[in-house]
Amino acid sequence: MRTFLFVFSFFAVIGLAFWAYQENYSTQTAVREVRGLYSEIGAAHDRLQMLRAEWAYLNRPDRLADLADLNFDRLGLLPLRPEAFGQVSQIIYPIPPILPITDPIELSSDMFDLAEDPL
Amino acid sequence: MRTPLRPLARILKARETGENPDVIEAENRARRHAAAQDKARNRAEGRLLLLGLMFFCAFIVIGARMGTLASSVPEEPRAAAEGNPIIGQRSDIVDRNGRLLATNLDTYSLYAHPHQMVDPVRTATQLAAIFPEMNEERLIADFTGQRRFLWLRRQLSPEQMQAVHDIGSPGLLFGPREMRLYPNGALAAHILGGARYGREGVSSAEVIGVAGVERQFDAFLRDPANEGAPLQLSIDLSIQAATEQVLAGGMSLMNAKGATAVLMDIHSGEIIAMASLPDFDPNNRPQVATTGDQSDSPLFNRAVQGVYELGSVFKIFAVAQAMELGLINANTMIDTTNPLTWGRFRIRDFRNYGPQNSATNVIVKSSNVGTARIAMQIGGERQRSFLGQLGLLQATPVEMIEAPTGAPLLPRNWSEISTMTISYGHGLSSSPLHLAAAYAAMVNGGTKVEPTLLVNPVPTPGPRVVSQAVSDSIVNMLRLTVTEGTASMGDVEGYEVGGKTGTADKPRAAGGGYYPDKVIATFASVFPASDPQYVLIVTLDEPIETSGTEPRRTAGWTAVPVAAEIIRRTAPLLGLRPQMDMGEPVGITLTSN
Repeated sequence: MRTFLFVFSFFAVIGLAFWAYQENYSTQTAVREVRGLYSEIGAAHDRLQMLRAEWAYLNRPDRLADLADLNFDRLGLLPLRPEAFGQVSQIIYPIPPILPITDPIELSSDMFDLAEDPL
Repeated sequence: MRTPLRPLARILKARETGENPDVIEAENRARRHAAAQDKARNRAEGRLLLLGLMFFCAFIVIGARMGTLASSVPEEPRAAAEGNPIIGQRSDIVDRNGRLLATNLDTYSLYAHPHQMVDPVRTATQLAAIFPEMNEERLIADFTGQRRFLWLRRQLSPEQMQAVHDIGSPGLLFGPREMRLYPNGALAAHILGGARYGREGVSSAEVIGVAGVERQFDAFLRDPANEGAPLQLSIDLSIQAATEQVLAGGMSLMNAKGATAVLMDIHSGEIIAMASLPDFDPNNRPQVATTGDQSDSPLFNRAVQGVYELGSVFKIFAVAQAMELGLINANTMIDTTNPLTWGRFRIRDFRNYGPQNSATNVIVKSSNVGTARIAMQIGGERQRSFLGQLGLLQATPVEMIEAPTGAPLLPRNWSEISTMTISYGHGLSSSPLHLAAAYAAMVNGGTKVEPTLLVNPVPTPGPRVVSQAVSDSIVNMLRLTVTEGTASMGDVEGYEVGGKTGTADKPRAAGGGYYPDKVIATFASVFPASDPQYVLIVTLDEPIETSGTEPRRTAGWTAVPVAAEIIRRTAPLLGLRPQMDMGEPVGITLTSN
């Protein structure tokens, strides 16, 4: 029985040592990976920051106003004024498309007479 | 092998020789005892040695660890998952809709190690060719002298960096750092303030705020615990831009030397736009003027720091207080006999408005005499406490480092004549921002408003200053001033503007009276009158309107049209729909079942 305990504990020590060795290395790999990811995220963040700054710079009100002036012929953009507000009834709804003429009637203006206007 | 205590052979022998066999037993017992003692001592010594060895090892390990900790470069614990390690920058500043007002850019500084240079003279020549501000002779002197370290530039553009890189000198080195960027240029310059470098190192540099909210919220902006959360201001970028544009146009049309506008939400005290002209570019903040009048510097924020006698815009406070106290109502007739003589002082009106006017007319026609008489009924003590409740006697609590410098100038002795002059806005100097907050309190139903630059979506009403009824009749008087009175140019179709003009003579800087031809023209307006939402204060410094035959300086001719144009531009951006009289709704039939 004692021998069995000795042998068992010997193998247990060996096994645990192997496990600890593996854990150590997998932890190191994970830490390295995290470090890589952090630097990747950092680079992405920097890039994003730069893009945000550039977007803000390109969309600054002065520049947009200048561009609107430059392209007035094409776009006709004006500052928002009170006249821009309207009512629903002022909206022109799209005119329904004319149905295709499947049964044409031949018309001649030779004998044009208002009283007999077919339309 | 165990020796018996009484070995038979020796005992027998001893008995034969007549000796005492007990001696043998005692001797053996003593020997056995000694052996046991030896063994125990050996074991104890071994244990002591082992213990000593363990202590020695422990001390060695701890000592070695302490040594390495002391001598190595500190390193962040990588595996710890606390916080976001990526965002260590100064936080952005954004407007109320999240649009960027200030952010950071990565850049590089340029420094030199002259002892590492191969050809210092060529390096200096080529550097001077890239950067026009560098002096070639000085660079050569620096590079060939005794110096071992030299800052050359705080920040570089990528093109400049490439050009320096192309010189190829091993003694020119780049250090990474961040720079503060204000992408909108001069927009909201006074509010943002600006930033500069604090402690600078070759691997990084500290960015610290110098003025405005950058300085006020410096600790917040630098706190890594925020994880890059931006500072959100109550400013609206588009509205600020429109306000600044119209104000700049108005300032040049009216030949004014400075101008300021404050647009404020009357319920929350949020400042939607605050402009002060002339302004500056915070990306390239000018030096503080060391000579001359600080208030002429573009760095001077007229809206917050500029304390002026604002004139007739103050009349509304006297009338509101008298109504609140029950002394008068909107229709009470007030004696407006011109002039009013008080001791050696004489108070005059711009024009003679007849012997009596209603309280509403005192405001609509802007009668100094009438207001002074109302103030006399109120009395100095009550007037003072009322103005104090409106926040007109202390510096504004707005979140800017400059706010305490905009403390109002009060009369040393609040005498009766002071009470009278203060009632029409002379003798007490305050900033346009003070006026905006006080007007907001007048028209929002009568509760105190504290101006703020931070978004405040759920405002809590302040202590009550005047009743709802008084507030309503104040709005009515202000509306009448625009439709029938001194501010007729302020009417913007659809937005029911109400307001009060104020034209105050400028006091001489050296003391001793007022300039005859320099005024501060102010228009304090509220819109829309049917459901007040915003107040707008426009102040022009020394305006002259020259379209007529003689120059006109009154606010009705100068500040009012500028304010009207600002309202015309900003009200639609604020989402206010104009109240147009559209007649009967078309296409709706009332039915009942």
